[in-house]
Amino acid sequence: MHELSIAMSIVEMAEEESARHGGAKVQVVHLRLGKLSGVMKEALLSSYEMACEATPLEGSQLLIEEIPVEVFCPRCEVARLVTSIQWFACPECGAPTADVVHGKELEVFALEIAE
Amino acid sequence: MSAEPRLVEVRKNVLKQNDVVARALRERFRETGVLVVSLVSSPGSGKTAFLEKTLTVLHCRYKVAALVGDLATENDATRLARSQAPVKQIITGTVCHLEAAMVQNALADWDLGQLDFLFIENVGNLVCPSSYDLGEDLRFVLLSVTEGEDKPLKYPTIFNSADVAVITKSDLASAVEFDEAAARRNIQAVRPGMEILKLSAKTGEGMDEYLEFLERKRTRARDAAAAHK
Repeated sequence: MHELSIAMSIVEMAEEESARHGGAKVQVVHLRLGKLSGVMKEALLSSYEMACEATPLEGSQLLIEEIPVEVFCPRCEVARLVTSIQWFACPECGAPTADVVHGKELEVFALEIAE
Repeated sequence: MSAEPRLVEVRKNVLKQNDVVARALRERFRETGVLVVSLVSSPGSGKTAFLEKTLTVLHCRYKVAALVGDLATENDATRLARSQAPVKQIITGTVCHLEAAMVQNALADWDLGQLDFLFIENVGNLVCPSSYDLGEDLRFVLLSVTEGEDKPLKYPTIFNSADVAVITKSDLASAVEFDEAAARRNIQAVRPGMEILKLSAKTGEGMDEYLEFLERKRTRARDAAAAHK
């Protein structure tokens, strides 16, 4: 369970960013979370609440956008979404590929802050 | 105060701090030419036996050292010290994985230029370590024959993040009716093109191929370091 330490990093990052914007109150944190990031969405959401306690972010909301796994197909020469993370291959032509284009994201994308 | 909140774009990687340290470590490893291999697996897959055998065999010909992560005990370091190689324990406490900063702290006073190989044994865990880059050249994921052929499908993220799969405890394969073809198929499904080694630290089966593999990789690291200078 490393979601709590990840949640604490998110809170810390959001605090720093809000400070750079005049210390305004953060209402929502938008996070992009890849299916291959190694972080579980549900565990992160419950850890987030804990991580926010007694910080300026208490009461804020974490909105997670899940990013599917996209690989580059060497045969079709185009990026495609895999149908399953248990099968790294082009869904069109079946060529195996380990070239991951998207899906490892663990990124604070944006904040909604009160004016 | 207006009712509409303002949207501020951030676009920052949450693990940025870890990645910055990992990058610095990788640069340090590259400059010194030491080959750094990290080991991940579930608890009980034979990481420590594999590492003990590796250190013992390599110690005759090369300068080798190891860092071992464990939640609470120093048992692994004590066991590995029998190989005569320098071993340092990183006790992670409640943290279920190693982070780049822990490796950096443990290596602070080490002269890496004196080393040919450095092994980093992660905490036994197939989930959390996948998110943390340690600056290693190669990440080995271990799969023992007693665990079942479908482990790669159950933990695709960590298998996908690794460079080499090592099937361990091969001496027990027939006793547990291990389906090697299925295991290889599953590994290739989650990480196409991954190199697969199969060995037994107990009987020594597969150790020669494994050591040749390590020597090849080390030569490449040395050449890269020389070119860097």
